[in-house]
Amino acid sequence: MADKSKKLLEIKDIDVYYGAIHAIKGISLEVNQGEIVTLIGANGAGKSTTLRTISGLLKPKNGSITFDGENIAGVKAHEIVRRGISQVPEGRRIFAEMTVLENLEMGAFIRKDKDGIRADMQHVFELFPRLEERKSQEAGTLSGGEQQMLAMGRALMSRPKLLLLDEPSMGLAPLLIREIFKIIEDIHASGTTVLLVEQNANMALSIADRAYVLETGRITLSGTAKELAASEEVKKAYLGG
Amino acid sequence: MDLLTQIVQQLINGISLGSIYALIALGYTMIYGIIKLINFAHGDIYMVGAYIGFFAITQAHLSIVPALLISLVTTGFLGMVVERLAYKPLRHAPRISVLITAIGVSFFLEYTSMYFVSPTPRTFPAVFGDVAVNIGDIVINGQQLLIFGITAVLMVVLTYIVQRTKLGKAMRAASYDTETAQLMGIDSDRIISFTFGIGSALAAVAGVLVGIYYNSIDPLMGIMPGMKAFVAAVLGGIGILPGAVLGGLILGIVEALVSGFISSTFRDAAAFAILIIVLLVKPTGLFGKNTKEKV
Repeated sequence: MADKSKKLLEIKDIDVYYGAIHAIKGISLEVNQGEIVTLIGANGAGKSTTLRTISGLLKPKNGSITFDGENIAGVKAHEIVRRGISQVPEGRRIFAEMTVLENLEMGAFIRKDKDGIRADMQHVFELFPRLEERKSQEAGTLSGGEQQMLAMGRALMSRPKLLLLDEPSMGLAPLLIREIFKIIEDIHASGTTVLLVEQNANMALSIADRAYVLETGRITLSGTAKELAASEEVKKAYLGG
Repeated sequence: MDLLTQIVQQLINGISLGSIYALIALGYTMIYGIIKLINFAHGDIYMVGAYIGFFAITQAHLSIVPALLISLVTTGFLGMVVERLAYKPLRHAPRISVLITAIGVSFFLEYTSMYFVSPTPRTFPAVFGDVAVNIGDIVINGQQLLIFGITAVLMVVLTYIVQRTKLGKAMRAASYDTETAQLMGIDSDRIISFTFGIGSALAAVAGVLVGIYYNSIDPLMGIMPGMKAFVAAVLGGIGILPGAVLGGLILGIVEALVSGFISSTFRDAAAFAILIIVLLVKPTGLFGKNTKEKV
C-alpha cells in the first residue's frame, strides 16, 4: 500500500467566488497518498465548489493548490486531468446521447496507448458488469445507478492518481448506495486516492480515513473519520443522532 | 410532359437545391450545437467560398476539383480566424452580444468583399459543357450530378468524422456538455475552432456549387441562402446533424414544387412559411427532442 504520509494534494487558504458570492472562505485541506478523505456538510456549504476548484472548473481568487508537488491553482480543467486528477461530477453528467462505450472512450481522451485503454475498459467492466451488458446502448437510457457507475468508470479511464467523487449517492436507493460505496472501496484498494464529497455522512465516514466538515464556506471540524463519527457535534448535525 | 414527369423533374431540381441548403445548414447546426450561437455570418462565409472558387478557376485556371479543395481549405481557415477574433473573446458574454457580433461579422464580410471584388455580379465559368442525362422526358444536367455527387461524398466524410474519429466524438461530447468534456481533458476552445473550420468548409463547397449551378455570384449572394439554411436547420431540429440534411432537402423540394406548380414569386414565402409553421407547431424541429434547457 502507498505511503500515507506523502501529501498528494494540499490546499492552502483558497478563496473562491461565484460572481459576487464568496463561496469558499479560506479553506485549507490535504489528502495524502492512498487515503480516502471525505468532505461532509449541508447543501450549499461549498463542498462541490471545492471539488470544482481542484479540477480547474473554477479559479481560486487566492491561495494555492499543490498536487504532486506542483501548483495547479488556475490551471485549466482540460490540463488538470492530464496531471492525474479525475472528477465524477455532481449529477453524474454522462454524455446521454453517446453510447456507454463512447462515454468510456471519452474518459480515456487524454491517452494514446490503445492496449492500455482496452485493458482498463475491461477492468471497468469487471468493476461494473452491468455496463458491459449495456455497452452499445445510449447512456441516457441507463438507470440512475447505472449512470453513476458509468460516470465512475469514465473517470477511472484516465488512470487518475486522485479521484474526486461528488455526491455519488445522490438520488440512489439505499441498496445501490451500498453497492456504490463498496466499489469506491475497491477502487481505493487498487491504489487510487479518493476525495469524496457526500451529504450521506454516515456512509462517507464509514469508508473514509479522514474527514473535514464544511459549513458555509469554512472548515469547522476535521479529524480521522472515527473521531468525527464519534463527535457529538457531527452526530447532531449530520448523522441524525 | 405529363404531370408525373413534371413532379419528378421538380423533385430532382428540389433535391439539388436542397443539397446546397443542407451543406450550409450543417455548419449552422454544428456551430449552434457547440456554442449555442446562430452564426448569421455563415451565409457570407459561403459567399467568400464561392469567390475563392471563382478566382481559383478563372485566375489560376484550375479545374473544378482542385478549385473546390482550395476553396474548402481557405474558407475553413477563414471560419476559424473569424471565430478566434470575433467570437472567442465573447465566450463568457451574454448570448445576445455574440449574436449581435455575428450580424456585425456578416456586414463586415459583405462590404469588405464588395470593396475588393466590386459589387457587380460575376459570371461563373461553365465547368461543364452540356452534359446531361435524359431519362425519358426527365433531364438531370451535369451541374446537378456534380451537386449530388459532391454532397454525398461530403456527408459520408462528415458522418465518419463525427461518428468514428476521436475528434468527432469529442465534438459530440463538448456540444452535449462542454464543462464535463473539459473534465475528460477535451480542450473546448480547440473543438470550437475545429467546428467552425468544418462548418465553413462545407459552406464554401456549397458556394462554389451554387456558382456553377446558377452561373452568377455577387457579394450579397449569401444573405438569402443563409436565411434559408437557417430555416432548414430549425426545421430539422437545430443542433442535430441529420436534421439539417433532412431540413435542407425538404426546403429545397418545397421551393422547387412551389416554383414549378404555383409561381416562383412564392418560393421564398414558402420557405419562411415553413419556419413559422415549425416554430408554432414543433419548435424543436422534426428530429428535436423535447428536453432540457441545459445550464
